[in-house]
Amino acid sequence: MLSATILSSLIVIAIAFVLLEKSTLILTTHSLSELLLSSSWHPAQNEFGFYPYIVGTLWVTGLAMAISTVPSLLMSIYLAEYAQARVRSIIKPMVDLLAGIPSVVYGLWALLLIVPLIRNQVAPLLGVTTTGYTVLAGGIVLAVMVTPITISISEEVIRAVPQPIREASMALGATRWQTVKHAVIRSAFPGIIAAIILGFGRAFGETIAVLMVVGNVAKVPASVFDPAYPIPALIANNYGEMMSIPSYESAFMFAALLLLLIVLAFSIVAAVLLVGIKRRYAVG
Amino acid sequence: MILSVIVVLGSLVSVLVVILVRGAPALSVSMLTQSSTGGYYLGGAGGILNAIVGSAYLVCGATGIALVISLPTALYLNEYASRSRLASFARQSLDVLWSVPSIIYGVFGFTIMVYFGIRASLLGGILALAMLELPIMIRAMDEVMRMVPLKLKESSYALGATKLETALNVIVRQALPGVTMGVLLAVGRAIGDAASVLFTAGYTDSIPRSLFDPVASLPLAVFFQLATPFPEVQQRAYASGLILLVIVLSLSVASRILTRRAAAYAIK
Repeated sequence: MLSATILSSLIVIAIAFVLLEKSTLILTTHSLSELLLSSSWHPAQNEFGFYPYIVGTLWVTGLAMAISTVPSLLMSIYLAEYAQARVRSIIKPMVDLLAGIPSVVYGLWALLLIVPLIRNQVAPLLGVTTTGYTVLAGGIVLAVMVTPITISISEEVIRAVPQPIREASMALGATRWQTVKHAVIRSAFPGIIAAIILGFGRAFGETIAVLMVVGNVAKVPASVFDPAYPIPALIANNYGEMMSIPSYESAFMFAALLLLLIVLAFSIVAAVLLVGIKRRYAVG
Repeated sequence: MILSVIVVLGSLVSVLVVILVRGAPALSVSMLTQSSTGGYYLGGAGGILNAIVGSAYLVCGATGIALVISLPTALYLNEYASRSRLASFARQSLDVLWSVPSIIYGVFGFTIMVYFGIRASLLGGILALAMLELPIMIRAMDEVMRMVPLKLKESSYALGATKLETALNVIVRQALPGVTMGVLLAVGRAIGDAASVLFTAGYTDSIPRSLFDPVASLPLAVFFQLATPFPEVQQRAYASGLILLVIVLSLSVASRILTRRAAAYAIK
């Protein structure tokens, strides 16, 4: 039993270690600023500028969070505070269902619905021509994928706010919404931030669904109607070639390491926030 | 607020409807019962049985390994070392593992496989998926085992049971609904995950006959069929997506039913 625990806790460390070790090749031959800020990606000439990929990842993830945060928050408030038990018992499983749909299926849905929608309806409305394989498509599909996670965590956090806080607020004469806005949300705030951060982390690393709709063009996108090339898509699309050239392989390991570190950072921040909330409302 | 509920639930319905409507026309019995033939991705005959069976093999193997590791870990975390530094370190590291993007499991698994000289195979895919399932299972089991009432455990000790006996007979039985749900949640995630098997499991037209044969998986079947320029094959991709969706949804329903059944052993 002890060995099983040690084994499972060491996996993350093993992953980080292996990725770091494999990245050392490219880190010793290229400066960090060149890797992160240069736009020239020519593996054959030993040039690895990750900038377009980093920016592409940030665009898509940022858009996804911008789209999903408000609806998720509102929905979790509704589920935790306003919904009757019966309504909640129907809606909650539906949200869980949304969380369980495989990412390929999301990608397929986006390919069949969102991409044509953008190409044929949304873009002409704004006077832009586009293939539909855009940052916007990637952002929308990521937003739909991240929403269930954000909803379920923030809903738990909001429900965990002790009842006396709501009662005290209502005793002071506040309306339902005022109670929610000023008392409950304020108490649950760190937890809600943690939920958003965890969703962000998930959006960052999501590969297949985004890959199918985002265009995979290695240029810094100028608008949401341009294609982008997020880092996970970069790794997934080029894995076959990476084996043969050590520096190429090392570049991808570095990209994976970047992903891991960012997700790790988000995860730790979110964990700290959630522990803080649990400690505040600990019931022994 | 109601608007946001409508938008979120609407997108769920939209996903289900779109996949159903576009996938159903191309669905046929031969898709489910035949493996891919040589010209399948160019429009030839055959089906995706290789992918269905391959996914089944992958997930069974991965779940087996993950169960063997996760159940003792969860028991250990809850019974033997609940407050120790090892427990909090383990929980932290598993929390981080939970958020790790699945493509990193693929990259990591691939690197380990190259190091040991294993080619893209069933074994590689099983290892990558086991790593994916592990944090999901442990987290679910941990949550449920924490909620086992202290009095229950104390009664067991008072009757003279050892820690191990208590763990196996009392705690697991009480926590069985949550454990079942955790396992099926992990299985659902693993079946649909493409990024981790992309590098590690390979892809093939046949059903693997040993652990070292490459294996096809459903998500990759959808992905690769979609990538062809032939509309008939793309239609089949939609149908494969529908099959995958149906499998995951039935797993979800099955997990609810099984959880309720397992709750028969738990004391309220």
